[in-house]
Amino acid sequence: MPKIKTPKGSPSIDMTPMVDLAFLLVTFFMLSASFRSSEPVDVDVPTSISDKIIPENVIVVTIDVKGRVFFNLAGEEARRELLESMANKYSAKMNKDQKDKFAFMSTFGCSMSELPAYLNLEANAQKKFPTLGIPCDSTKNELKDWISFGNRAALNSGKTAYVEAKNKGQKPNVNDFKPKFILRVDSKALYKDAQKVIDVFRDLNLNNLNFITSMELAPI
Amino acid sequence: MAEMVEGGGDSQHKGKKRAKKSSTRVDMTPMVDLAFLLLTFFVLTATFSKPKVMSLIYPAKIDPKDEKVDQPKINNAITFLLSKDKIYYYSGQFYPVDKPGPNGPTKLEVTNFGTNGVRKLLADGNKYVLSEKKIYNSQLKKKEIQDSTYLRHLLEAKKNKKALKVLIKSDDKATCKNFIDLIDELKIAEIGVIAPVELMPQENELIQSKIK
Repeated sequence: MPKIKTPKGSPSIDMTPMVDLAFLLVTFFMLSASFRSSEPVDVDVPTSISDKIIPENVIVVTIDVKGRVFFNLAGEEARRELLESMANKYSAKMNKDQKDKFAFMSTFGCSMSELPAYLNLEANAQKKFPTLGIPCDSTKNELKDWISFGNRAALNSGKTAYVEAKNKGQKPNVNDFKPKFILRVDSKALYKDAQKVIDVFRDLNLNNLNFITSMELAPI
Repeated sequence: MAEMVEGGGDSQHKGKKRAKKSSTRVDMTPMVDLAFLLLTFFVLTATFSKPKVMSLIYPAKIDPKDEKVDQPKINNAITFLLSKDKIYYYSGQFYPVDKPGPNGPTKLEVTNFGTNGVRKLLADGNKYVLSEKKIYNSQLKKKEIQDSTYLRHLLEAKKNKKALKVLIKSDDKATCKNFIDLIDELKIAEIGVIAPVELMPQENELIQSKIK
């Protein structure tokens, strides 16, 4: 009887192309992902149907449940410039290490007198730093200075970015490079606390504000 | 899924000692597992972590020096007074008790954040814009108008006299969630003019008496 021959193929498949593709995608997502830096406060943002994505070049003011105010400015260069002008105004002395740390830090919330001590701490200790947030009442309004100096610094860095984009031969829109003002409020925070911050913005004639929200499906 | 060493089966047992010829192929399975794990992780985090923003334009502060700026007469306006998880509202102008309007002093109505509450109220109040939007929507679908014309028409409709205008005031107990939720409802109802303004003391009294 003739034997029926079945072709004997190797049970293993060549996985190389698949691996290539997988790693290509991993690399792409890794590079395109921007990591959220650890924030000193946890904020549970309210939901809305808005689908506008958060813009670049932003000044973010955070208000937590207790009504404490935190500040953040995007961009390393802008942060350096901001700290320089703030240290000048409040005649605070800071060494190079502290300035470097500030440039790479994210959100913070403390008064100018607390700032050098705050900068000396490790990231984990910063979370536990006992602070009342940035003072923003009428007697001591440091937030106003942070915002106005931050606005100036962000305008400068935006300008450089605009010129760079123009030199590359793109047709950038000027408005994309202007600083935007973002409020990150906790959904349980009292609105009157947010209003204090909003009034600071309005005092500086910055009336176009954005609230960070998480997505919610729109009703049809 | 281990690799098979091909064709080497018999020769190894024939006494002669040969240097073991190991396969040049490596088992890639664990690596692939890891690669896909990372891939899944990055895909998921990348799409879900983008926060959204809702922009809101506040009215410019009036310089206290030029006090006598006449408040523009607002017609077809509704004022929402926010308190903790409650919405009070009145339409038109505010008439205090000592200066009653044609229908007596202003009385507050109460509504809630549900679909039958504020959403229905706004949909009824802003019928003009919503019906206009429907017309433009169908025109857009039939490709009679362009995207840009659609947006321009919508903007014009929102600024029309017949469109509803909204003022928002909130008392000390309102939370940010209440505020954002209300703004959200206004955006759903296609309200074009939204003005968050300060609460007047008389209005606050009205709210407090309503809560009791």
